[in-house]
Parts: sequence; structure tokens; C-alpha cells
Amino acid sequence: MIFAFALTFAFACFGLGLLICLWRVIFAPTLPDRILGLDTMVVNVIALIVLYGMARNTGLYFEAAMLFAMTGFVSSVAYAKFILRGDIIE
Amino acid sequence: MSLIAELLIAALLVIGGLFGLVGSYGLVKLPDLMTRLHAPTKASTLGVGGVLLAAMAHALAQGSLSWHELLITLFLFLTAPITCNFIAKSWLARHATPADLPPTGSARQWATLDLSEAPTSPNLTPPPRPGRPS
Repeated sequence: MIFAFALTFAFACFGLGLLICLWRVIFAPTLPDRILGLDTMVVNVIALIVLYGMARNTGLYFEAAMLFAMTGFVSSVAYAKFILRGDIIE
Repeated sequence: MSLIAELLIAALLVIGGLFGLVGSYGLVKLPDLMTRLHAPTKASTLGVGGVLLAAMAHALAQGSLSWHELLITLFLFLTAPITCNFIAKSWLARHATPADLPPTGSARQWATLDLSEAPTSPNLTPPPRPGRPS
């Protein structure tokens, strides 16, 4: 009972955080702000995937979260590198 | 699931959710990018760490301990500073002027603002002082 309430609360927190990040990505004052917003969205989505795995009571979603963490890191670094140097692999 | 385990998992979930929300809210609350970088790299990482610890405790309470969650936590803790460093460097390259930055202590500019192709010749060893064994 307590566990179900806490799970719903965590879902709500990370979902709200995802919406805030989306607002920041759309109305960003500078270009690096957009990268930061997308990177934070990746972190929130990892938390949501793990929470969904807990709610469904399976261990299937951890691999998805791991892969999402890896692709999110690589894409954030590639985007930052691109606007830093105008090229990704020099 | 016993009551103690349920309370522990619920506390970890609530703490993780609050930290994740604070990390995302700091993204819109803080004034400029260099301060805004603090929120996701510290608070959000801690929030996800709390949720992953809760997932580990949940799996342990179900009778099957798994280490995958700890792997994701470790990966996030390793990669968040690297991403933060790259975003800060891209902000420096696009929006900072040399007057904003502290002096480098050499003839060259900061590396992200220095567009010259001339080779660097750093003088890394300090000049010898008299009376000091080398």
C-alpha cells in the first residue's frame, strides 16, 4: 500500500521534471541550454523506465535503461562537441 | 514483502523523486547556464541513484538480488561530469568573452577561445631558484 503510493509519487515527480525539461528545451536562451535540457530529459527517462520496471515487477527494463543511458551520454557529448568545434570526429 | 522493507523502499522512492524534481526545477529557476549546470549534474543524478537503490531493494525483497541497477548508477555517476564539462566548454566557446574569464598565466588564451593554429610551447618547469636542491 505504502509502496504503491510512493511509486505513484516518484512517477509524478519524474514526469513533472520531464515536462520542466521539455519547457527548457523549447524556450532555451542559449544553444548549450538545449543540450543540458535534453541531457536532463535522458536522466529523467532512465528513472521512469526503472520505475515502470518496478511497477510491472519484471527485470526486463533494466537493459533498456542501461542502453538509454549509454546512447544519451554519447549523443549529448556529440552535440556539445559539434557546437564546440563544428565537427564531431576531427 | 515485510513492512520494514516496504517502508525502506518507499522512503528511497520518495527521496529519489524529490531530488529528481529539484534537479529539473533548478533548470528553469537558476539564472544562467554555468549555475544551471549544477542542478542536473548533482541533484538529478542523486535522484536517479535513489530510485535505482529502491529498485535494488525491491528485487532483494522479492528474493532475487541483481546488480544491474548498481551498474546504471555507476555509469551515470561517471558520465554526468563529462557531459557537464563538454556543455560548459561549448558555452565558453560561444558566449564567453576573454574579459569574463580568469587569466591563464601564460601568453595564450583559454583553449576553447584560442583559434590560432600556432604550436604551443608550454614552459612547465619553473625556473631554478638559488639554494634549492633540484
